[in-house]
Amino acid sequence: FLNCFRRQSDGYRTLSLSAHIGFDSLPDQLIKKSIKQGFCFNILCIGETGIGKSALINSLFNSNFEDPPSTHFLPSVQLAAQTYELQEGNVLLKLTIVNTVGFGDQMNNRNSYQPIVDYIDAQFEAYLQEELKIIRSLFSYHDTRIHVCLYFISPAGCSLKNLDLLTMRSLDSKVNIIPIIGKADSISKTELQEFKSKIMSELVSNGIQIYQFPTDDETVSEINTIMNGYLPFAVVGSTEKVKIGSKMVRARQYPWGIVEVEDESHCDTVKLRKMLCTNMEDLREKTHAQHYELYRRCRLEEMGFRDIGPENKPVSLQEAYEEKRLKFYLELQKKEKEIKRQFVQRVKEKAAMLKEAEPQVQTKFECLMLMHLEEELKLEEKKNVLEDEVAKFIEKKVLAELLQSQTSVSTP
Amino acid sequence: SCAGPVESKTEAAMSELVPEPRQKPVVPTKPMGINTSLLGYIGIDTIIEQMRKKTMKTGFDFNIMVVGQSGLGKSTLVNTLFKSQVSRKSSGWNREEKIPKTVEIKAIGHVIEEGGVKMKLTVIDTPGFGDQINNENCWEPIEKYINEQYEKFLKEEVNIARKKRIPDTRVHCCLYFISPTGHSLRPLDLEFMKHLSKVVNIIPVIAKADTMTLEEKTEFKQRVRKELEVNGIEFYPQKEFDEDLEDKTENDKIRQESMPFAVVGSDKEYQVNGKRVLGRKTPWGIIEVENLTHCEFALLRDFVIRTHLQDLKEVTHNIHYETYRAKRLNDNGGLPPMTVETEENHESNL
Repeated sequence: FLNCFRRQSDGYRTLSLSAHIGFDSLPDQLIKKSIKQGFCFNILCIGETGIGKSALINSLFNSNFEDPPSTHFLPSVQLAAQTYELQEGNVLLKLTIVNTVGFGDQMNNRNSYQPIVDYIDAQFEAYLQEELKIIRSLFSYHDTRIHVCLYFISPAGCSLKNLDLLTMRSLDSKVNIIPIIGKADSISKTELQEFKSKIMSELVSNGIQIYQFPTDDETVSEINTIMNGYLPFAVVGSTEKVKIGSKMVRARQYPWGIVEVEDESHCDTVKLRKMLCTNMEDLREKTHAQHYELYRRCRLEEMGFRDIGPENKPVSLQEAYEEKRLKFYLELQKKEKEIKRQFVQRVKEKAAMLKEAEPQVQTKFECLMLMHLEEELKLEEKKNVLEDEVAKFIEKKVLAELLQSQTSVSTP
Repeated sequence: SCAGPVESKTEAAMSELVPEPRQKPVVPTKPMGINTSLLGYIGIDTIIEQMRKKTMKTGFDFNIMVVGQSGLGKSTLVNTLFKSQVSRKSSGWNREEKIPKTVEIKAIGHVIEEGGVKMKLTVIDTPGFGDQINNENCWEPIEKYINEQYEKFLKEEVNIARKKRIPDTRVHCCLYFISPTGHSLRPLDLEFMKHLSKVVNIIPVIAKADTMTLEEKTEFKQRVRKELEVNGIEFYPQKEFDEDLEDKTENDKIRQESMPFAVVGSDKEYQVNGKRVLGRKTPWGIIEVENLTHCEFALLRDFVIRTHLQDLKEVTHNIHYETYRAKRLNDNGGLPPMTVETEENHESNL
């Protein structure tokens, strides 16, 4: 590549530097900005009521998130989201936990998974809407898309329930699923291994894609491969603390012993915590680059956009936008014309009505005027008559007074 | 921040284009953050290392453009910045070539690596700028090139099936070379910067600063800063994009004292005090390029590469590119404007 007349070609020449320049500080610059912005992580917990979702979240993040216990009698599955701000070192994490309330509780659980799918889609939709806006602010957008779904499998029974299979199948192309066995302290060690194998083989035979911890980076591939072998994680959670030795530890106390949440020989809770933390960025990346892109692609195709037009020529989204906008605009014009026509019609009708009514109103008016005049004349007459009578009465009164005064004089 | 009636009309059109999903799902309102303190170490802070690894794996693109009349040492300066022969002058060009008759755009790409960080560096040269007899509108081909890169990115972004990582050819930084006349900015300088500061990050530099004494330099810089302010030219780092107080304090100092950087470039090494340094040899002494008492090259290098490299990219992506995109999507695209019939026409019929 030496032809400098060509504008940027893909043949970049590799150059070896002779001295230190300083752009190796670029990741630090980027991290500094990310720290200022803060990080966002959204977890969706799917599981039956009472399977220990809140206890597990509290144990995973070693805190006491308040979450009121829910009833079994909800008419349908509801999703409740709660956001917490956690700080560790200089990392500020906006953690959102979305719980499925009432999952698996209904008599007919056929549509249990639908509200969950709708919720996940709604978060993708919100992001897509923002992305499609003309004036948008993606860099300050509060990302609500679900980065990981913890699917709680009931420890009772020996395999996955139909509801589990149905739900996971409808979600596996939309979200990273990590299957876990809840309340695993009710399973013995030997039964547990059998249970785990059964579950994994059922997932495979049903073609359900769960999240695999990435093994392409050599620094983490070994541990991640091992962890992948521990799936599904058998977890125990507790909001209670028990004194063991000199420390207070999260545990569940039974008459026959104490199950320590943070003891890796007792349960896999610590493993789950480690994996969630060390793969947080990969979970976010897969959500954005894989699940969201798939959603976006399907959605845009649903809306009628194509990358390749009918003659197999590439169609730009913008051309498609403008085509749709033109169509919409023409429709709008049609509607406007129609409304105008209707308005003009009504105005004409009203005017015609008024015109018709006009001569009637006029005659009525004249009639009333005449009556008014007649009344006035009558009143005038009456007034005159009254005045005459008043005058006569005064005359009579004067005469009577005169007579009275004469009579009083003449009587001796 | 909405633009007004036009934007809301198109927004309405846009939302019409996006039909509602099958049923309106129950979407919880944006939850309020609850501040909780962790009772023990979890491991959330490992996300920083994860980010670092990810960015090192994907590598970076950086595209820097140099604009200025020929002879101001643009190519030498870029070579000095990256301590390599990255400009077109060194990539097999004849130094005695003719000055082109119009402004040309020449981009050269290199892949360089340092400390595990891989960078795809593109240097865009603009030979012919300001060299003609009539230089009116010579900024136009440059603006056109910059917009073409935005357009390229937009086309990729808007595809249905799109690439995982869209190749970034947008100009992140434009070094504008001011001739060290010692007097003031020329109309060409003002015209160029006025037009282009709206579409790209411009960093003005005073070229060949070894022709000025310290006093002349300080005065000239003050005058240039004043003229830029008077003409409403916002050079990088722009005041309105300071994110917080920390940024503002840091950037204020750079804007009001250091910039424009008075620089000297060189790709030759000399022995000074037992050390090998980059410099220019003159009868009266050796000008050490990286010596802060001699010139401000080190300030420029640290500014562009060591502290503000990521920010240059972010401002380009979040602001200049978004501005271009919004304008592009808002364009009526040849549609007839809506004729608005007034109410009076109807009233007169009554």
